[in-house]
Amino acid sequence: MAEKVLMKGNEALAEAAISAGCRHFFGYPITPQTELAAYMAKTMPKVGGVYLQAESEVAAINMVLGAASTGKRVMTSSSSPGISLKSEGISYMAGSDLPALIVNVQRGGPGLGGIQPGQADYAQATRGVGHGDARILVFSPATVQEMVDLVTTAFELGDKYRIPAMILADGMLGQMMEPVILPEKQDPASLPKKDWAAAGHEGKRKKNIINSLYLDPYLLEKTIVERQSRYKAIKAAHQMSEEVYTEDADIIVVAYGASARVSRSAVVQARAEGIKAGLLRPVTVWPYPDDAVKKLADSAKAFLAVEMSAGQMVDDVRLAVNGKRPVKFFGRTGGVIPTPNEVLEQIRALAKEVQ
Amino acid sequence: MAVTFSKPHALTDDIFHYCPGCTHGIIHRLVAEVIDELGIEGKTIGIAPVGCAVLAYNYFACDMIEAAHGRAPAVATGVKRSLPDSVCFTYQGDGDLAAIGMAETVHAATRGENITVIFVNNAIYGMTGGQMAPTSLPGQVTQTTPYGRDVKLAGNPIRVCELLSSLDGVALAERVSVDNVKNVNNAKKAIKKAFQNQIDGKGYSIVEILSSCPTNWGLTPNEALQWLRDNMMPYYPLGVYKDISREVTAQ
Repeated sequence: MAEKVLMKGNEALAEAAISAGCRHFFGYPITPQTELAAYMAKTMPKVGGVYLQAESEVAAINMVLGAASTGKRVMTSSSSPGISLKSEGISYMAGSDLPALIVNVQRGGPGLGGIQPGQADYAQATRGVGHGDARILVFSPATVQEMVDLVTTAFELGDKYRIPAMILADGMLGQMMEPVILPEKQDPASLPKKDWAAAGHEGKRKKNIINSLYLDPYLLEKTIVERQSRYKAIKAAHQMSEEVYTEDADIIVVAYGASARVSRSAVVQARAEGIKAGLLRPVTVWPYPDDAVKKLADSAKAFLAVEMSAGQMVDDVRLAVNGKRPVKFFGRTGGVIPTPNEVLEQIRALAKEVQ
Repeated sequence: MAVTFSKPHALTDDIFHYCPGCTHGIIHRLVAEVIDELGIEGKTIGIAPVGCAVLAYNYFACDMIEAAHGRAPAVATGVKRSLPDSVCFTYQGDGDLAAIGMAETVHAATRGENITVIFVNNAIYGMTGGQMAPTSLPGQVTQTTPYGRDVKLAGNPIRVCELLSSLDGVALAERVSVDNVKNVNNAKKAIKKAFQNQIDGKGYSIVEILSSCPTNWGLTPNEALQWLRDNMMPYYPLGVYKDISREVTAQ
């Protein structure tokens, strides 16, 4: 078994991507993802890879599009304002069925916002980054280890379904250090070949076209319907979540990423006080773990969504609960991290309400 | 019977959608002839723009990528950094290259990105119906400058080759035209050099081709070519603005 090392989240994610066979990184500086790009700049030349600092986020994501078109495993990383700039390219990649990894180390917004951790890009990430009928895979790790493990999953599922994938982290996870076991190194040459790639036909096959334009609306609709069928398959097979103390829980706290770490402490304290609280932690936020929420809606009395936003993921909880149980929300936003005590107070209040 | 004229292999059988008298067809053919002569179709990846040439991905027989508006140089950068032995060209119009994509253009050029850029300058936005382009001439009437381009209001046109020739990463910046046989032959030579430069690893090569837009200029094809000679050529002089193999700069 591999050795445990102490690493910062951003650096561990970068190393995990290289281990997963990614040899192409295009980015633009922004806080708080800085260490990720710096690690790539330092490491890529040593492994025969490419690190390129683009002139803008817009250029960086289009470089990713170009590299992905040739069939390479490629990534970029940024933080909230930068993701808005990348959204054009992400929409084009979704429309051209190109897999790539996009990391969003979220900070507070809107606008320039702040540089402290945030979770206010949830709606942007899960409701479609960019224009059009498109979705991307969105993973929301809560530990440095999970951040590392999800990198390989994101690349592999992205390749399998030809869809861009995002790691939706936050400044807290990116900046914190935890012990981590890195995945086994994959040789880029051993990765599955992509017969759809535009890498030169060498006179041996029909030409490949990477494209998102269809002037005939019926043809465009056909491509969208086909893509939606892949989304449906993803929803059926790849909802990921973790549950803590949910079996007999009356109150289900739903939280992802950094909020889930805080909420877990609050749930443990609530249990110590005799309140039957449990935690549902979405690991994928698109596809959202609807099935897990629906199942818990049969047994639990109420839900509490906790986020570092003014209330975004709570919509997905409400959609899955579908009116069966009350769904409350508690959030801090603008870069403020909720404390376990704040969440605990919410749990106590809700426990009284549903008694 | 001897074949005296045939379609280049690097062009598909698709029928061009271009308007009568538009010079995109000639330019496509020149690019395809060069790809044939250099024997590089199998390792060439073309990047189509947004604009009149958006459907170029249907016309060239090599692998093709359709980029977002103005982003072709960034997409080409991603391709070339992934496959350094491939041949990658972008085919862009004036709005794509010199307005919305100017940042990508300048930075790909100054990085010396080893790509070939075919830049078609017809001083107007053709596909959207004739709006002012970054290269529309002072006084030029367009849909969005109905009283003529007033440079005090709408700013001045951009001379792309002159601008890019100041950058160290540029191997070739040449402006040509396809308004007569002699100029067509010169244009082909420039395009061939721009591809050969890439094969030789010399860096960013751009060929700017003055082109006509009879439809949106409101002229017949012949009148349009004459308008190009009378109005565009004085403002955008033909010539080699930079060629590192000749150590020549400016006119």
